[in-house]
Amino acid sequence: MNVDLISILGNFYVLTLIKLGLVAGVLLTALAYLQWIERKVIAHIQLRVGPTRVGPHGLLQPLADTIKLLTKEDLMPSHVNKFFYVLAPMVAVFFALSAIAVIPFGPKINVFGIETYMQLSDLNIGILFLLALSGMGVYGIALAGWSSNNKYSLIGGLRSSAQMISYELPMALAIASPLLLAGSLSLREIAESQAGFMLGFIPRWSIFQMPAPQLMAFVLFMIAGFAETNRIPFDLPEAENELVAGFHTEYSSMKFASFFMAEYANMVTICCLATLLFLGGWYPIVPSPVADYIPTLVHLAGGGMLIFHGLQPARKWDKYTMPVFGVAFLAVGLLFLVPFLQPILLPLFWFISKVGILLFLFIWVRATLPRFRYDQLMHFAWAFMFPVSVVHLFVTAFLVALLK
Amino acid sequence: MDAILFFLFAAIAVVSAINVVVQRHPISSALSLVGVMGSLAVLYLLLGAEFIAAAQMIVYAGAIMVLFVFVIMLLNAGAEKSPRKGWILTAVAMPLLVLFLGMVSYIIQRGFPNAPLVVFGQFTGGSPKDVGMALFTRYLLPFEITSVLILIAIIGAVVLARKEME
Repeated sequence: MNVDLISILGNFYVLTLIKLGLVAGVLLTALAYLQWIERKVIAHIQLRVGPTRVGPHGLLQPLADTIKLLTKEDLMPSHVNKFFYVLAPMVAVFFALSAIAVIPFGPKINVFGIETYMQLSDLNIGILFLLALSGMGVYGIALAGWSSNNKYSLIGGLRSSAQMISYELPMALAIASPLLLAGSLSLREIAESQAGFMLGFIPRWSIFQMPAPQLMAFVLFMIAGFAETNRIPFDLPEAENELVAGFHTEYSSMKFASFFMAEYANMVTICCLATLLFLGGWYPIVPSPVADYIPTLVHLAGGGMLIFHGLQPARKWDKYTMPVFGVAFLAVGLLFLVPFLQPILLPLFWFISKVGILLFLFIWVRATLPRFRYDQLMHFAWAFMFPVSVVHLFVTAFLVALLK
Repeated sequence: MDAILFFLFAAIAVVSAINVVVQRHPISSALSLVGVMGSLAVLYLLLGAEFIAAAQMIVYAGAIMVLFVFVIMLLNAGAEKSPRKGWILTAVAMPLLVLFLGMVSYIIQRGFPNAPLVVFGQFTGGSPKDVGMALFTRYLLPFEITSVLILIAIIGAVVLARKEME
């Protein structure tokens, strides 16, 4: 009986369905909570407290937002082009969420004797697949702007398509240089080519890897990533003081939420891609014996701090909520010491923390930088980003051909 | 499985292609064309040419068609009025269409009389490496000439679009 169960679970389709469910569940929850984290972080940077009313520290805010968006009236303005108006948010969210299918989160693992990759599907051309999806994502925004039949929306849609085409070019060039080091288009192989250490302590991540460190490409990629996701300082398509809300002015309820979800999903994809291409994927920053204890130490420190603050409550409920989260942190920290779970949890920890740091960067920039003017945005793409990325690609190609 | 997917996407490609012509509004036509490109990419994928499928999506659907849509939106082109079609037009066009299809099938019949059947997933030689090798060794001259041609087109566009300087 037991053997039967394992063979059923090992079946390709069943296994893929299980992984699909896991990844989809985690991704959608993460997207909802990213919103909460963003509001909290921006609030604290601007000396506010952010959401606090729903649940402890506003932790149930995403749930409240979801219920609100689901139950709001779905307005259909009378002047829109109905078919494309409905199609646009679907296109946007479909292409944004599909990207997760090719992203690897960790190495091959062995669960109850079933060997599987921590990835939905390993395409030979994973990176090109992502580029194609990001190219298709433009249609969602452009169509939304056009079909709304509203001049602000139209300007937003036009701005967005011009901006995304312009920045796709330096982005593709910035992606090409680490590919020269890795010699593959499969995201798994790219990440695996960055395993190990140079001189025993410098990780062989693309941004450090000899003969051509990719720090510059990383910076270019992140700048282009901000533009591709229409985030501040490149959020011209939805510049609220010029265009009301840009391309999604006429949208309400779940259709509006779809655009929102697409933006956050694109952000997550860009951060995952940056991690895989430049920051060594799921490989740790220090060699193995030390690296295995870092997750535990981080969680213990976090848990300790929460309990400490719970003992000296600044607000009324802190003495209950803080210790609960503190104990949860301690428990998670101890999970990292279980030998059975280590091969799964350690790569996940490194991958998620790198992605998390990059996501924090996105939020940090949003709270800090003002918006570009549109002519500055275009000038920056074509007169700075493009030549720099071409020269960088040439230099990388030369170094790789000469020294590798 | 492969056969089902093939017929599904072949049908989508044909229907979208007809839709490009039938639709009145330029945006609908352009998006139908995106549908054709997308289903062609899936057909390439079924044959095993992953790189070509991805390039098809990135270049045609992701870049060129986005520009088309962009221009259509910018010019705010409205729905086309259908021209009045007389029965003479139909009477002349139908035999011509039949003649054209007959010619195409004749050429295929004579040109590839004993061509083997296409097998799904059997196409090798479409990897990025193979494409690169072919482009930079065997087909270097056509490749370079095409590049120069595109450069000329770009310069021409810039010259035409530039405002007259005093």
